[in-house]
Amino acid sequence: MQRIGVFVCHCGSNIAATVDVAAVAEAAKSQPGVVFATDYTYMCSENGQNLIADSIKEYGLTAVVVCSCSPRMHEATFRKVADKAGLNPYMVEIANIREQCSWVHKDTEIGTPKAISLMKTAVAKVNLNTPLQEGESKVTKRALIIGGGIAGIQTALDIADAGYKVDIVEKTPSIGGRMSQLDKTFPTLDCSSCILTPKMTEVAQHENITLYTYSEVESVSGYVGDFTVEIRRKARYVHEDICTGCGLCMTKCPSKKAKNEFNRGLNTRTAIYTPFAQAIPNVPVIDTEACIHFRTGKCGICAKNCAVQAIDYEQKDEIITEKYGAIVVATGFDLIDLKPFGEYAYNLSPDVVSSLELERILNAAGPTSGHLQRMSDHRQPKEMVFIQCVGSRCEDDRRGKPYCSKICCMYTAKQAMLIKDHYPDVNIHVFYIDVRTPGKAFDEFYRRAVEDYGVDYIKGQVGKVTPQADGTLLVHGVDMLDQKVVEINADMVVLAAAVEPNPDIRKLATMLTLSIDNNNFLNEAHPKLRPVEAATAGVFMSGVVQGPRDIPETVAQAGAAAIKVVGLLAKDKLKTNPCVAQSDELYCNGCSVCQNVCPYGAISYTEKEVRDHGVRDTRRIAQVNPALCKGCGACSVACPSGAMNLKGFSNRQIMAEVDTVLCQ
Amino acid sequence: MTIEEANIREEVLLICGCDVTRCMKCGKCSASCPAYDEFDIKPHQFASYIARGDMYELMQSKTIWNCLGCFACVERCPRDVRPGKLIDGVRQAAVRRRGGTHLQPEDIPSRIDPDTPQQLLMSVLRRERK
Amino acid sequence: MDLTYSYFPGCTLKTKAKDLDIYTRETAAALGVTLVEIDNWQCCGGVYPLGSDEVGNKLASVRALNDAKEHGRDLVTVCSGCFHVLKCVNDDMKNVPDIRDRANRYSQFDEPYQGETKVLHYLELLRDAVGFDTIRKKAEHPLTGHRIGAYYGCLLLRPSGILEFDDPEDPSVIEDFLEAVGATPVKYQMRNECCGGYRSLEEPEFTNRLVGKIFADAKTSGCEELVTACPLCFYNLQKYNGPDKLPVRYISEVLAQALGIEAGKGVR
Repeated sequence: MQRIGVFVCHCGSNIAATVDVAAVAEAAKSQPGVVFATDYTYMCSENGQNLIADSIKEYGLTAVVVCSCSPRMHEATFRKVADKAGLNPYMVEIANIREQCSWVHKDTEIGTPKAISLMKTAVAKVNLNTPLQEGESKVTKRALIIGGGIAGIQTALDIADAGYKVDIVEKTPSIGGRMSQLDKTFPTLDCSSCILTPKMTEVAQHENITLYTYSEVESVSGYVGDFTVEIRRKARYVHEDICTGCGLCMTKCPSKKAKNEFNRGLNTRTAIYTPFAQAIPNVPVIDTEACIHFRTGKCGICAKNCAVQAIDYEQKDEIITEKYGAIVVATGFDLIDLKPFGEYAYNLSPDVVSSLELERILNAAGPTSGHLQRMSDHRQPKEMVFIQCVGSRCEDDRRGKPYCSKICCMYTAKQAMLIKDHYPDVNIHVFYIDVRTPGKAFDEFYRRAVEDYGVDYIKGQVGKVTPQADGTLLVHGVDMLDQKVVEINADMVVLAAAVEPNPDIRKLATMLTLSIDNNNFLNEAHPKLRPVEAATAGVFMSGVVQGPRDIPETVAQAGAAAIKVVGLLAKDKLKTNPCVAQSDELYCNGCSVCQNVCPYGAISYTEKEVRDHGVRDTRRIAQVNPALCKGCGACSVACPSGAMNLKGFSNRQIMAEVDTVLCQ
Repeated sequence: MTIEEANIREEVLLICGCDVTRCMKCGKCSASCPAYDEFDIKPHQFASYIARGDMYELMQSKTIWNCLGCFACVERCPRDVRPGKLIDGVRQAAVRRRGGTHLQPEDIPSRIDPDTPQQLLMSVLRRERK
Repeated sequence: MDLTYSYFPGCTLKTKAKDLDIYTRETAAALGVTLVEIDNWQCCGGVYPLGSDEVGNKLASVRALNDAKEHGRDLVTVCSGCFHVLKCVNDDMKNVPDIRDRANRYSQFDEPYQGETKVLHYLELLRDAVGFDTIRKKAEHPLTGHRIGAYYGCLLLRPSGILEFDDPEDPSVIEDFLEAVGATPVKYQMRNECCGGYRSLEEPEFTNRLVGKIFADAKTSGCEELVTACPLCFYNLQKYNGPDKLPVRYISEVLAQALGIEAGKGVR
């Protein structure tokens, strides 16, 4: 029989208002094994903790029950108290009488008996607890960053600068991400490339960073501190180590009709290409769908022209396997598909463009060399209409997203001002629902567009954009403030399309057992207190993969994710959770049911010689790898012979709790 | 809002099954309305009129008779408020109270011609009579 | 494949839009489709009765839907108005328990109707059951060189969540159909905007203005004529007397021409 102490917390009035805490302590005294029971205002305070520690020593307690808040909140706190007082921390049980009792009931008549019942079950369980020992696992001192945009770049640099090895896996042929497609950045109007390319170069030259571009994560196994990742290095058909980046192959390539993804399809590129001039690495790839050699077996002009014989049409995808202690997901975003917004004539007219397409048009390295032009006839527009919230704040999930994309109000003001700076005669109209500008110097920035640049902001959405015979676009909307129809013959219409997480995140989330929300953004371990950690230990997040945000926020979060990774990699060993499954070889009948239900691949089978009642026998027996087991308990429920038990949550302990509830 | 208006509001919301609190005043309905200029109370105002309970004003508006029922606002409303249904709901509430039609039977003959389709007359009857 | 369908012509097709009816029946026959007109059908009401607190004016549609169910057939209509009403009422019968229960209590069918019938527009039948490829092969008199605009209007497309007919903002089924009969379809942006509908009774000037915008857009986009599936749209388009007016025909008449059918005489 244990010697149990029961400690009932008031949590100020959080518990005490609807639970008679003294009555709970009094009831505890008559429970089997209980030698001491008391209540206190704040059990988690220093005084409360001392009360528990002192009682352990004074009454020679072998087990402790704390009736307080959720174990998610303070189980760790009270286990530490026990440990310091010389008691095995797994001899502590929490009865949650706050979230599951006092907070959901209005009066003590219901709250108190329920709290007593919860206390009794915890006592019944702790009577059967046994001391458990935490194990140790090693930490591989290397981090993996998935995604090579500004989020991934900054996270990698911060980790590498702290002295740890970092690998970046980037799907496209170059790092740089969305930021490399932007012209200027708000609210300071720095040139996006000018501030990004030095960072890209730093990544390429950093002794601690290895770049895997044109590569994708193929599989992930293992656990915090010891992940094993397979990376598919897609065939570039150009040897990275030989290519000098002279670019002659691209100049000579006769296949020039492939869609230029970097310019959002506004122009074309060659079949052998780098996405943009400052690409890192500056090594082209061959697009096999566009390449004449791959389609017909002829051509071969690039290979003939390559002075260093870097081109290799026979190159194959390569799978490399690497170990990591931590993984950062930084897969970024794209704009939603604008095709379902037929009323804006996006499908009908090349002069209706997305905001990112306009960004490319304004960029000196873009399809128009930075000249503001209509894509249809290359005329410079005189009237321009910007439409905000295209697909943002939209409950219709067939074409939009319910959230605010956060960056559109600011980049629209930016684009409007950049245009007015270069082309003062252009009239700009912005149809908006609300102008949202929280951020340092943000509202001032937007007001400048209105007051200094004369940008015309119209409250209301646009109903229809109709191409006209003269090549203009008739924009039909309503000014909700003066209740009048507004019709503008625009030369160009720009749609501020909603952002959405890169669709690859679904595949990655499955590989990494991450939780994603309804909009495919990653869920944090805690939205406020653990905002850069995923629920899976050892996995962190950076950038828009978590939710819409701008560049400074992304960079700040990248630093936060990096310090979390560094904190993990700085450790030589990690404590492992002792509450893992264990198979009793005498009961195991080798049926494999547990192996089939285990989501973590922690169970394997071996042939083992056992002695059963003095008889030697060779049997097929389940074995649990404690490093892989997460303690979910699926196997112990599925096991038909009762051989599987979860330490700390054994079948006997659970049944003791159930019996206590039912036998009242 | 009078008690009678509160009752009318309840009836309208029952008829159309819409939730006016979801409206975010984006104006997409008004911008999509082909009859905007024929309306005294605009489509985007319906949600707030109903939220406030100004039902008499809505029932006396030209809007409820001039709405085409083209469903453009219903289709494009990003918040699923469906203003066209609100307008139709108010019209039904008005029709039930007035008992008669907006157009009187004697108004009809002079307005039809040999090609007038039955569909047109049926639609008018359905919309303007209980 | 058995191509037998219950057919709901609707009131206008029996009177002012006889062409639409005749050409539909004859083209169907030429394509191996049997349309069986529902016995004693009643008018759908022209507009979908919105009030969820009344079921009386939904019953005509429910009876037609149930009749098709009892014959084990899909229900086909070619009038946009009927399609809209039948499909919306069917959605109620499927998804709104209160309306379903009350409608069944009135109707007293042998077994309760619960939205089992599939409602098809003739265009959907042509596309999915017959196939535009088959039409392309059988179109011995293709409308080569005809630049035709599709006028969809409202009732075929909206609300798209219930009608599930086509992309409500950028529809293409009539264009695909026009291509199958050998014509050159011309997309224009106003093809899904309202013609003014029943308001032409009281405010013909107003509907005339709306139709004028549609014609103007169609004409500047390069259309030489328009086709529609809706008798009310047809009427409003025909009444227009402005400068941009284009000839208007029903979709089934265009199909008949391609198949070489003369009204009332079958295949030439």
